[in-house]
Amino acid sequence: MSATPTHATLEGRGLRKRYGSLVAVDGVSLALEPGRVLGLLGPNGAGKTTTVAMLAGLVAPDAGDVLVGGRRLAGDADPAKGRIGLVPQDLALYEELSARDNLRFFGALYGLTGAALDAAIAAVLTLVGLADRARDRVSKYSGGMKRRLNLAAGLLHDPDVVLLDEPTVGVDPQSRNAIFDNLEHLKRRGKALLYTTHYMEEAERLADRVVIIDHGRVIADDTPAGLSRAHGAISLEKVFLALTGRSLRDA
Amino acid sequence: MILTALVAMVRKDLTLFLADRRALVMAFAAPIAIASFFGSIFPGPGASREPARVAIHLVDQDGGAIATAIVAAVKADRNFKVTTSAAAPARAAVRRGASAVAVIIPPGFGEAAGRALFAGRERPQLELLYDPSRASELAMVRGVLTEHVMQAVTRAVFSPSSGRAFVDGALQRIDGAGLSPQDARALRELLTSVQRFYDRPSAAAAPSPGFSMPYNVREEAVTARTGAVYNGYAHSFAGMGVQFLFFAAIDLGIGVLLERQRGLWKRLRSAPVSRFLLLAGKAGSGTVISLATLLVSFGFAMLVFGVRIHGSVVGFFAVALACALMSSTFGLLIAALGNTPGTTRGLAILAVLLMVMLGGAWVPTFIFPAWLQQLTVVVPARWAVDGLDAMTWRGLGFGAALAPAGVLLGFAALFGALALVRFRWEEA
Repeated sequence: MSATPTHATLEGRGLRKRYGSLVAVDGVSLALEPGRVLGLLGPNGAGKTTTVAMLAGLVAPDAGDVLVGGRRLAGDADPAKGRIGLVPQDLALYEELSARDNLRFFGALYGLTGAALDAAIAAVLTLVGLADRARDRVSKYSGGMKRRLNLAAGLLHDPDVVLLDEPTVGVDPQSRNAIFDNLEHLKRRGKALLYTTHYMEEAERLADRVVIIDHGRVIADDTPAGLSRAHGAISLEKVFLALTGRSLRDA
Repeated sequence: MILTALVAMVRKDLTLFLADRRALVMAFAAPIAIASFFGSIFPGPGASREPARVAIHLVDQDGGAIATAIVAAVKADRNFKVTTSAAAPARAAVRRGASAVAVIIPPGFGEAAGRALFAGRERPQLELLYDPSRASELAMVRGVLTEHVMQAVTRAVFSPSSGRAFVDGALQRIDGAGLSPQDARALRELLTSVQRFYDRPSAAAAPSPGFSMPYNVREEAVTARTGAVYNGYAHSFAGMGVQFLFFAAIDLGIGVLLERQRGLWKRLRSAPVSRFLLLAGKAGSGTVISLATLLVSFGFAMLVFGVRIHGSVVGFFAVALACALMSSTFGLLIAALGNTPGTTRGLAILAVLLMVMLGGAWVPTFIFPAWLQQLTVVVPARWAVDGLDAMTWRGLGFGAALAPAGVLLGFAALFGALALVRFRWEEA
């Protein structure tokens, strides 16, 4: 497929995914641009995680395309996946290994070796404030430290795009603030960020643009200020509830 | 980059394995302990040690010379641990499992047996009460008892002091025996000859020894070479080693499911590495761990129990490597077919226990019914055990390793391909 010229580092076009009779994602399109943060919001079961999974190459879309630098992502081993960093919602770390050994392993999956790997490990551990605990087993870390290491593992190979799936779940305000500082640093360095969260104040603080999805479809796509203006609301949370309703979502 | 990722995956799994002390104990100490136990139970015929005696009860209700001789002979037999008692306690001992068999010599047995030796009719009965759970011991008791009874009866019959009465009685019963005139005449001549045998001057000085087994047996355990003693530990370490390879495979499969549950698989799948490489990395680490388990176990058996590779050393390593590869790909298959770690572990253990049992790791396959023996050729554990046996105590050459190693590699290819196809690759 020929791609339309774009400034987006990572782009999803008309993404669709069905699980049996359930359409999890239905025609979602979004673009991540350098130095910008896109907030992806939606109630539980709206399709956020499936969208992120398709963008990261974990799930093949039934329809639509994922483009990296304007080129369609081609399979599991496509080197273009090296331009994407995933920070999953789960603490995807080996608790029995030290932070350094975790990062050595994850770095090697991206072809990092030797001095380059050591430098990358030192850089990300310094970034997330764990350089002095590099040799400790992850099982000895606090929840906040694990979250920061989880972030570090996604940044290790210096990706152009970082997909963050609720990266601050369950952390204390100090660690959350530290993670925000890290993300703002990455933004200044020109990284494209996708940030999914349930915390509206996080999206208001970080996102340059917000996409709200529900029932697998995009129902809003604008800047936080633009959304507030359009819906006559004083906060993003009011906008969110106005668009998605107040009924409980337990999916 | 591919090699870097592959090496990293293998190294990471080995580091995790070494960091888990329980896994280490299970992998190395447990097979050694259990194989040592089984080896000590089944040391093989070469081991010079006192055999386990079969506990039997002996009830002599006859009390005559022949019965007394039978009791004495059975008591002297090194295969038995004999208790003499009345019938009721003997039956009770069998019922509660204290004795495998109770032999009851009924009243008049000796007299009747002596008469039946010539007449062939009205044979008296020996009563054998046996524990149905120990039928193999019944067969042994029956066989050994036959020899002792025949010897005691014939000794009595052919001894002048006691035999003359049997022969006289038999002569008197010839006319009423319903024989043809020719047969009656021939039997009368035979018995008269026996009487003359009794009357010879030397008869009193040399009593008859009775019938004995008319042959001796020369037994040879066919092992690696003449003089090489069969070492039961070789088979037990092969069997238990293979069993624990499968347990390692379960750990591998469950480990993959746990990685998925903890979200680690998402991170692995987001990296630019192929599906094949991800599974190859797992298979690689699993193979290294399995091979180390097998080699450490056999190393221990060699150092402590004198197990030797009497056959091809290269063949032994070929079979061991094929075993390890087969077990690691079996672990991948468990991961591919499994759902949650909890439910998968139970089913996997059941499958493994069935496989190792059918493979002859616990008991030799020859005790299985014929149809089941045929069926076990589709069980990889059997090829693994047979291959290791062939290279150790059987002492066969490299050629004998080709079939088991080839079949095990075939199983590895099948398991790996199935895992690749059935693996749940999508992570959402």
